[in-house]
Formats: sequence, C-alpha cells, structure tokens
Amino acid sequence: MIDPSVFQLVCFYAFSVVTVIAALSVITLRNSVHAVLSLVLTFFSTACIWMLAEAEFLAIALIVVYVGAVMVLFLFVVMMLDIDQEKLREGFVKFLPVGLVVAIVMLVEMLGLIGVRVMHAQTMGVNPATAAGMSNTAWLGMALYTQYLLPFEVAALILTVGVIAAVALTLRQRTGVRHQQASEQVAVRASERVRIIKMAAELPPADSQPAAAQESKP
Amino acid sequence: MITLSHYIVLGAILFCISVAGLFINRKNVIVLLMAIELMLLAVNINFVAFSRFNHDVAGQVFVFFILTVAAAESAIGLAILVLLFRNRSTVNVAEIDSMKG
Repeated sequence: MIDPSVFQLVCFYAFSVVTVIAALSVITLRNSVHAVLSLVLTFFSTACIWMLAEAEFLAIALIVVYVGAVMVLFLFVVMMLDIDQEKLREGFVKFLPVGLVVAIVMLVEMLGLIGVRVMHAQTMGVNPATAAGMSNTAWLGMALYTQYLLPFEVAALILTVGVIAAVALTLRQRTGVRHQQASEQVAVRASERVRIIKMAAELPPADSQPAAAQESKP
Repeated sequence: MITLSHYIVLGAILFCISVAGLFINRKNVIVLLMAIELMLLAVNINFVAFSRFNHDVAGQVFVFFILTVAAAESAIGLAILVLLFRNRSTVNVAEIDSMKG
C-alpha cells in the first residue's frame, strides 16, 4: 500500500513535467495550430495540479473557460488566417541564445529571491474549505458574493465591454455591395409601393389597325 | 509531501518559459499572445498555491478575476489580430511599423 502523500508527490511531478514540456513546445513549435494544441495540454495539466491543491472549482473553470472557450477562439483565428509560417520563423535561431540567457538568469534570480528553502518547510495542512464545513465551490462563492461582490459585478462589466469591443472591431460595412435592408422591407406600406391613377380610357385610332397589319407583313 | 516551494518553482519555470517565448518568437503575434496567456497561468498557479497553503480565500478569488480579465483580453486581442490581418495581410510584427514608434 503506497503512502497517499508520496502518491500525491508523484502525481505532482508527473503533471509538472507534462506542463513544462507542453509549455516549451508552445514557444518552439513551427506550426501555430500545434502550438495552440500544446497550450491546451498545458492548461489541462495545470488544472490537474490545481486539483492536487484542492482548488476544484478553479480547476474546472480553467478547463471550461480556457480550454472550452478561449483556446477554441485561438484555434478558429489561427485556422482562419492564411499565415506564411516560414517568414514568421525568421530570427528564431538569432534570438534563441538571448531568450535562453534571459530566461535562465530570471529563473535563478527568482528562485534565489523567493527563498525556496524557507517555503519548503511549509506543508499543505488541512483544507480550509473542509475546515469551514463546506465544499471548495461553496467556500469560494461565499467570499465572492459577500466580500467581493463589487469586484464581481465589475468583472461582469469587463466581460460585456470585451464582447462589444470584439464585435465592434471585427464588424465591417463593405461599400459597393447590394444587400437587403430588412427593417426597411418590413416597414414598407402598400400605399408607398402601388400608386393608382385615375385616367380616361384610351381608344385606338380608327385607321391604325390596317397600318399595323401592313407593317407586320414583311 | 507537496510543499509550497514545489508550486512556486513550477510557477517560476512556466513564467521564464513564456518570457523566453516572447524573446524568440518576436515576429509572430499569435505566439506572443499565447506567451502572455502562459504568463498569466504561471501567476495563477502561484495564487492558488498561496491561497491553499496560507488558508486564505482571497487568492482563489483573485484567480477568478484574472481568468475573467484574461478572457476579455484575448478576445479583444484576437479581434485586433483579425482586423490587422484583414488590412495588412500579415501578422508579422516586423512589418507592422507604420506608426514608426
């Protein structure tokens, strides 16, 4: 029988390795579609890591919101645009050493600054949601709808602004194209379309018929 | 036993990977946007870890808001990208220099 905490650690390492490899392939893959798909894998394995931290609601939200909506949007755009991949790869090799040096120096600095040794002593302890006698979702919702109600409403407003901005940016009015205007079609009345004019009946002149017969003969 | 430093180190590694991605893919706007998403994810990992280890709900609430803002940001960013591609037929950052900044 394997110890649960050891099993957790093994799971954590497995998910972390998948996350890091997928993140590396996001920035190195040649094809943008493949890069988006490996970003999906990164998000998915990160959601697994959040599950290990017992943040269940956020893990599911990450999959639903990110993998389900944002990444599908990315895929749509990447597949819709006809992109010349080779031209965009110019300078990849040139900037590779700079990028690597900056990333490694930054990583070393970060790990030195945050004091990994000190945090190594801090263990997870009891789940605060369980200690409060509710699930993670209820624990989060309790805070969200009381203490953080105003930021929550502002977040909804931000999403609305985002939707309107995205639609307004990509909407286009082409010139020189004939198209229906449904509102004008619906609003039209019969009196505007058909005009009935009263006029006297016209009779053909008496001598016009023989002339017409003569004309049609040859 | 998973400790706080495990999560922090993972977040730092992801953040540095995305910074390297910004450097080496400086031509392709799509990969730049994806690197930004990756950075936000690294920050979110830190928030979740601190929330769990310090028994504070504020971290998870903040992750919720970051997810919201990041979704709006990527929607608008992709809309701008589509607009750019429609007008200039390219997503190459090096060719988008008409403002001469």
